[in-house]
Parts: sequence; C-alpha cells; structure tokens
Amino acid sequence: MPFSRRRFLRHSALATTTLIAAPAVFRSGAFGAENPIVVGSLHDQSGPIAASGTPMVYALQLAVDEINAGGGLLGRPLKVIHYDTQSNIQMYSQFAQQLAVKDKVDVVHGGITSASREAVRPTFDRFKVLYFYNVLYEGGVCDRNTFCTGTTPAQTVEKLVPSAMKKAGKKAYIIAADYNYGQITAKWMTKYVKDNGGEVLSTDFFPLDVTNFGTTISKIQAAKPDLILSALVGGNHTAFYRQWTSAGMKGKIPIASTTFGLVNEPTTLDAAESDSILGAYGYFEELTTPASKSFVEKIKKAHPDSPYVSELAACTYEGVMLWAAGVKKAASIDRMKVIAALEDGIAFDGPSGKVSLDKPTHHTTRNAFLAEVKDRKWSVLESYSDVKPADTASVCDLVKNPNDTKQYIINL
Amino acid sequence: MAIYFIVALDVLNGISSLFLLCLGLAIIFGMMKIINLAHGEFIMLGAYATVISANAGVNIWIAMLIVAPLFVGLVGLVIERCLIRFLYGRLVDSMLATWGLSLLIIGIITTIYGNTQQGVPTPLGGFSIGSYQSSYYTLFLAGMAIVMMGLVYGIMSYTRLGLIARATMQNPAMAATLGVNPARVYMSTFAIGAAVTGLAGGLLAPVSGITPGMGGAYVAKAFMTVVGGGAAMLSGTVASASLFGAVNQIGAYFTTPVYGEVLVFTAAIVLIRLLPQGISGRFFKGNL
Repeated sequence: MPFSRRRFLRHSALATTTLIAAPAVFRSGAFGAENPIVVGSLHDQSGPIAASGTPMVYALQLAVDEINAGGGLLGRPLKVIHYDTQSNIQMYSQFAQQLAVKDKVDVVHGGITSASREAVRPTFDRFKVLYFYNVLYEGGVCDRNTFCTGTTPAQTVEKLVPSAMKKAGKKAYIIAADYNYGQITAKWMTKYVKDNGGEVLSTDFFPLDVTNFGTTISKIQAAKPDLILSALVGGNHTAFYRQWTSAGMKGKIPIASTTFGLVNEPTTLDAAESDSILGAYGYFEELTTPASKSFVEKIKKAHPDSPYVSELAACTYEGVMLWAAGVKKAASIDRMKVIAALEDGIAFDGPSGKVSLDKPTHHTTRNAFLAEVKDRKWSVLESYSDVKPADTASVCDLVKNPNDTKQYIINL
Repeated sequence: MAIYFIVALDVLNGISSLFLLCLGLAIIFGMMKIINLAHGEFIMLGAYATVISANAGVNIWIAMLIVAPLFVGLVGLVIERCLIRFLYGRLVDSMLATWGLSLLIIGIITTIYGNTQQGVPTPLGGFSIGSYQSSYYTLFLAGMAIVMMGLVYGIMSYTRLGLIARATMQNPAMAATLGVNPARVYMSTFAIGAAVTGLAGGLLAPVSGITPGMGGAYVAKAFMTVVGGGAAMLSGTVASASLFGAVNQIGAYFTTPVYGEVLVFTAAIVLIRLLPQGISGRFFKGNL
C-alpha cells in the first residue's frame, strides 16, 4: 500500500503526541507529589530462610509506619521498596544491583545469612548506598559504609558457652552449618570452650540441605561429649533435633545453640524435642519490659500469624530507628553526612533496651540475654546489659582506617 | 563393639529410607518411562498430609499409613488425567512439565500453610545397645521397606493386576490387542506410584524438618538410585538402594556427611560407567 504523505504526517503527529503524553499516563501518582525518602529492603520471604525473614519485614514496615505517622523524616515520607530474595544468593546480588542503580534507594536494610550479606556488601560499597545489616552474625565486618546492629559472638556466645559448660561439663562437640557463619562461629565456640578450661572433641559441618543426621548422632554417641554446641541453620537442619529425640538421646547430652529459634523451631518442634536447649540472643519475644511487650503486640496485631519475633526482627526495627535518628541529626539524606552523624554517638531505646552505635566498629553496644526452651517458649534466665562488640573491636578500627572494607576472620 | 551395631542400624536406616523413597519413582519410571521431576513434591505432600492430619487429631499410625498414601494417590490421579496423560513418549517435555508442576505444588503449599509447619514427634521411643542409644523407628522403617517390597512383589507376580501391569510394561501394543486398555493401566500405575511415594513421605515426616521445599533434597538421590537400578523395577531398586545407602552411611560415619554424599555420587558415576544399563542390566536380568 503506498505510503502517502498524508498518512505519514498523520502517523508522526500521533506518535509525537503519545510520546509527549506518556509520562502523564505512566505516572500513577499526582503531578505535585512529594519526593519520598526510599528505603530498600532485601529479605527472604520464601525458601528455608523465610521464617527468619518474614518477621524482619514486618518489623521494618512497623518502623517505617511509625516514622511516617510522626511526620516522616526531614518533612518527607518514607517509602519502602522490598524484594523477596527467596533464600537464593543469586537473587540477592541481582536485587542489590537493582536497588542501587534502578530504584536509587537512600538506604538498604537487608541480608540475612552471612553469605547473603557478603554477596551484597561490595555492591553497596561500589554504588555508595548506605547499608544496614540487622542480623546476628560471626563478627569482623569492618566497613565504613555498613552498620551491623545484630549481636556478635563476644556478646552472646561468650555468655552461652560458660553457662552451658557449668551446667554440663568440659567436653564439647560442635556441629555447625557449612558456610562462613558456621565455620567462623565454630572457631569462636572453640576459643570460648578452651578459655573456660574445656576441650572440643570434634567439629562437624553440614551443608544447608542435609536432612539425614543419623550417622552424626552415632558419631556423637561414640565420642561421648558432655555438651553439644550447635550452629545449625535453616529449615532442613531442624531435622537434627527431631532425629536426636527419636534416637532417645534427648536429656542425655545437653544442647546449647547460637541459632536455635531463628527459623521458628520452638513452634514447629514438639516440647519433647526442644526442652532445655540453651540459647543466647540480643532479644527474645518473651521479654517482659514494656518496650518489648508493646513491640510484640504491635507486630502480632498487624500480622496475627507471624512467626516467632526473634532478635532479627527487633534488630531490624532498631536498625531503621537508628538510621532515622542519624538522618535527623545530620539534617540531610546525604550518605557521608548521615554516616558522620551515626558515628557521633547515636543511641535508641528499643524493644531490647538501649542500643548505641559504636564509632570504631560500626556495631552496637547492646543488651544480651540467656534463655532456655521450656514448653515451646523461651524462658529467660539471665540478662547482661551494655555488652560491647569486643570481638570486632579487636580487629577493626574505622577511626584509624576509614577506608577499610573487609571482613576480618578470627585467627585462632 | 556395640558401636558397630549402631552403625549397622544406621546403614539399615539409610538403605530402607532410600528404598522407600525410590519405589514410587521406580514404578512410574519403570512402567511408563516418564521422568517425574515432581517426585520430591509428592514426598512433601505425603509428609504434609501426615503432619496436618496428626496435628488435627488423627492417630499418627493412621495418618502415616493410610491418610498420606490415599491423599497423594488421589493427587497423582488428578495430575495424571490433567497433565501426564499427554506426555507419554515425550521424554524432554515430561521433564519440563513436571518441573513446572513441582514449582506449582510448592507455591500452593506455601500459600496455604506458610513457610514452616509444626511437625509430629517420632512415635516410638529409643532403646539401648550397650551404652549407645538407637531408635525403634529405624527398625520400623526397615520393616516397612520389607513389607512394601513383599507387597509389590506379591501383587506383580501373583495377581491378575500385576500380570496386566507387566504385560503393558513389556509391550503395550500387544497388550492392547489382547483387550487391555493401556491408558487405564498407566493411569492406575501413576496413581499407585504416587501413593507409594506419599507413604514414603509420611514415614519420613517424623524425622524431618517440614517445609514446602523439603522435596528438593530427595529428588537427585531418588533418580540416581532408580537409574542405577536399571530396568528391573524391584530387584534393581533394591540392589542400588542397598549399594548407595550403605556407601552413604558408612562414608558419612567415617568422614563427614559431605564426603558421604560425594562418595555416593562417585559410586553412581562408576556404576553407570561399568554397567550402563544399570545393575539389573547385568545381574537379575529378566527378574521383576
């Protein structure tokens, strides 16, 4: 069909009008909308780590809603862009890049396993996006762009191991998940066992998809330890506690764990399988302080079927609030100004008590609690206030070396 | 000395759970040459059926031995009618379709039940050998494996149903000329294979962490065992399950579970290299 000039003119007029009008069609907001401060969220809400990630997202949302109800930050509302990373490290890398480059967020709160943190931290360093890691981990991250609000071994394991050894005995058997968190935590456990005059009979590592612990249980019986120290992670590893009880070993050798409870184990296991397991964290849902009770109440009201509200959720809430305090102090959203404000002695009274940011390490001085499982709930035995992140402090000094960006691994 | 008994019980546990996991797949793959990548999800559905009904008050034995296979058998029937029926003879397409099916099942279960699920405790207790503990459940699993083996052998060798099934397996066209409806045989075989898989899932429920993605840990091993076993549905599967189960548990005891897995996969590679038709291509030839 011949392309006449009239046809050509009509088509190009149509195309030009469409192009000009396109922004008005694609925008879903009003033309005069305020520009929000964008908070990025990278959490697993499906897959084996989902039971840890889901309460964290609820806590993040609660913190953002509370800030927005109080008028926002610097007069601007907060907006959350959330990606479900599906317990898949590839997704973490992909979405981290997306948050930094496409969504251009002002801060990211996210990462759950240490593997996921180390996958995204370099991306945020490279694209200069402030990053908050709100999960307990093995310690040692020394990075001016990153703030770690979770507990580290010097704050929890250091209290857990001597308590457990006092109850049980001097010979320990360590079982841990086979990735950076498990390997490094096992080293810390070994250090604290030796510091308290004990010996480690053996250290066994398990990849995250192992479900059959039968031979391990036999090996443990052959070695005859007084105490089992567990750093098992994820939904598949809860099978260990099941198989341990089914072999009739429950109660014969006490178990202390740095990770039990983070994937909702007290609810999914029977009382017979989980009673008397010892744990130490920076927060427990069962704490009776008014701040903790109101925090848990708000989350359960908004999400009645939420999994256990663990330290991960409390740290996420405190992490967002600490960041907001830093932004208010800096009176700006510029990254370096906020970092300088955060280093300048910011503290927040959160569900776990007073949490303060430490300048040389970018970690938190916070409270720690020791508890044991009773009837599928934690029963808090002891509290320790204002515990410093001594393990990271011994290797990291961001005041002297502000350009440091690595994670130090303890050398035993 | 007693520790050797314990290790032997571990090996028995490994062999019987591997056998139970693979039997359903062996039935389906042996009969229809369908690669069912949703096998892990059938196991998961069996586990969920057991756990949900036991937590709702049903007796644990009924939940494990009746509810789980019934439920998954029904699901298998529906899936066969809606999906598998169109895939006979199309190997690659069946892989793609069943992979998608597995993702669908995981998604549905996650949507209904969330990411974690309260499990059930192991019904029997433990007993001691010398100063070591072991679980009665290991013996129960071994017993169930023998029962299933006997059941399959009995049905296939001594009943009319088994005769029809074997005939259709060998030569569907000839069986059709003799009045057997192959499509109906395939349908019931898939349902029975699914039911057996559901039973395995139910039996493993008390000793596993119950999550929607739990099936993924079993698929690779199940396929490896079935292919390593070869054409003979029962004797091949028993032989390869014994071999791989023993290698896995003994390797895991003397080294670590990681190397136990490595040894199994190495053994599988060596086996397929030496016996490309699987174990029953060379031994047990012509047996069931």
